[in-house]
Amino acid sequence: MNYFPDEVIEHVFDFVTSHKDRNAISLVCKSWYKIERYSRQKVFIGNCYAINPERLLRRFPCLKSLTLKGKPHFADFNLVPHEWGGFVLPWIEALARSRVGLEELRLKRMVVTDESLELLSRSFVNFKSLVLVSCEGFTTDGLASIAANCRHLRDLDLQENEIDDHRGQWLSCFPDTCTTLVTLNFACLEGETNLVALERLVARSPNLKSLKLNRAVPLDALARLMVCAPQIVDLGVGSYENDPDSESYMKLKAAIKKCTSLRSLSGFLEAAPHCLSAFHPICHNLTSLNLSYAAEIHGSHLIKLIQHCKKLQRLWILDSIGDKGLEVVASTCKDLQELRVFPSDLLGGGNTAVTEEGLVAISAGCPKLHSILYFCQQMTNAALVTVAKNCPNFIRFRLCILEPNKPDHVTSQPLDEGFGAIVKACKSLRRLSLSGLLTDQVFLYIGMYANQLEMLSIAFAGDTDKGMLYVLNGCKKMKKLEIRDSPFGDTALLADVSKYETMRSLWMSSCEVTLSGCKRLAQKAPWLNVEIINENDNNRMEENGHEGRQKVDKLYLYRTVVGTRMDAPPFVWIL
Amino acid sequence: MEVTNGLNLKDTELRLGLPGAQEEQQLEVSCVRSNNKRKNNDSTEESAPPPAKTQIVGWPPVRSNRKNNNNKNVSYVKVSMDGAPYLRKIDLKMYKNYPELLKALENMFKFTVGEYSEREGYQGSGFVPTYEDKDGDWMLVGDVPWDMFSSSCQKLRIMKGSEAPTAL
Repeated sequence: MNYFPDEVIEHVFDFVTSHKDRNAISLVCKSWYKIERYSRQKVFIGNCYAINPERLLRRFPCLKSLTLKGKPHFADFNLVPHEWGGFVLPWIEALARSRVGLEELRLKRMVVTDESLELLSRSFVNFKSLVLVSCEGFTTDGLASIAANCRHLRDLDLQENEIDDHRGQWLSCFPDTCTTLVTLNFACLEGETNLVALERLVARSPNLKSLKLNRAVPLDALARLMVCAPQIVDLGVGSYENDPDSESYMKLKAAIKKCTSLRSLSGFLEAAPHCLSAFHPICHNLTSLNLSYAAEIHGSHLIKLIQHCKKLQRLWILDSIGDKGLEVVASTCKDLQELRVFPSDLLGGGNTAVTEEGLVAISAGCPKLHSILYFCQQMTNAALVTVAKNCPNFIRFRLCILEPNKPDHVTSQPLDEGFGAIVKACKSLRRLSLSGLLTDQVFLYIGMYANQLEMLSIAFAGDTDKGMLYVLNGCKKMKKLEIRDSPFGDTALLADVSKYETMRSLWMSSCEVTLSGCKRLAQKAPWLNVEIINENDNNRMEENGHEGRQKVDKLYLYRTVVGTRMDAPPFVWIL
Repeated sequence: MEVTNGLNLKDTELRLGLPGAQEEQQLEVSCVRSNNKRKNNDSTEESAPPPAKTQIVGWPPVRSNRKNNNNKNVSYVKVSMDGAPYLRKIDLKMYKNYPELLKALENMFKFTVGEYSEREGYQGSGFVPTYEDKDGDWMLVGDVPWDMFSSSCQKLRIMKGSEAPTAL
């Protein structure tokens, strides 16, 4: 098989960077497996319980970058108790013991503690990049360790984490010799920020490209920061309230004009909308705009801002933009690839919401659109059919009609045909989220047409087990299936146990699966971890004489090569 | 009072409005229909007002930090009173100015707050309303404009008598 010496093959492998491709290469032959594993620097682990750190290090001893994901996706919506699992400490301890030259760590939905951050900061001399997304369990003290001890820190990127802010001085823990920062994102911190330390840090970081501030950074500080960092590419504005005539505002306007590299704008956590015009001069360069936390920006100020953003590729917005606002987006942002419209009024009464009209307008005006997340009050099959015709290139299509089980509001029919049109037209569809009134029919369509589908989210949908079976039998590339409040039970769950070996995980909550069904599954498939989460009932399931028929509230199963995990809390049963 | 077949239906009727209030049913219905917030003018809507939206756990599928951020319609803060055994909660958005808020607090805890002056603070009653702002500092209620107060107030505490310093 090998016509070339190993070094040549290894050199060729260096050009192969995607995880999927490298995994494929490693399966070609023993020799390639060996060469590949010694040369692999970046490893992605989609489920931290599918493997353990010892086996990771045995296979990839030259590891430099690790990505780990912990809790299942529905943890984002409070469906998974905090203590469920996903602890990073054992991983960091194992990596530290092995003396591997770790440089990057990316974690999503994991429990991180100050202790693990401290250990991380002291164990890896070349550590450069820490990215934490939707994690919890740590405080600003942990951040202080990272700041103080990581001499070559390049990225500190904190996205939507729950961090206990001790209002301390973590920013001043960066030594004066630290000049290597490229990314600094602390937008999710709630407490006050040492502005002097921040300004000094930014001033001595000539490579700083991405800076995302929290709401404690006021407008005058922002002005001074932007003067220090005109090279900024990605800016997250904190607090943006001010009197437009003040000196700071003038300074800010002047500083913004100099930021000719600025491509991405976000934040505006508190905003005085009439000051947005300060950003108009650079809007024509923007490719990414995230105003989904800017509850106070809407109406004409928002529209004016968007009208300047002709090169936008990514837009995250609140539904207060309205259908009319989306029409402006459709006529202005011809390069738009990704759109997310979040709900602004979660208490109901929705007169600020968007409808199917906004979605149709976007699909008609933005031919390059491939990813959408759309929260809306109502939808029709006709609109979805039109959207499918206009945009056959969707990779991600997530539609959330706020009221569960809501039918087509014109015909009162289920939305099966509309979603059916989407899966039929969009041959590259990898991710789909359903909502509204849906019968088994929609799942028949999904099983038939959604050949590339990897992730499917189902809520309040379907009639019988047939629905789930259509999906399990049809979607050959399915990786993550998450279902809530739908009438699927043991028959569907047990029909093809070997299917779960080809998937990363399955989540089912408030469905019809029973304890005995789950037990049978666990028996048939010892290579699966079948977890039952029982927060409220504790021991009720065991005591009950009819335990077999008792419905399971939350089921989470996933393939694993390392068996039952040892760190599960008492309310999680692993069958 | 309508009595049909010996049953006093009005007594067991479900309706909005305080118990004891008469007439109203027509008024309530027209209130709902003309409410600007209801966009759809479907004739299928019955005369009964829509049920309150039931809270479904984890629905809509939005991260909690987004929910908190965008919930500008309510602003619940905890209120403690020195000596009271438990705390209360009020929605600051229900009030448009300080007099309204102070009146509500007085009713809730059965006390009266004194005369407010910029120099002296609250004089005369021994009760001093204070609040914790976004920076974690305890401030006297009334010093800053209402809008600034209502957007930065995290907690309220009604200090009593000897514990309340004469000058903050």
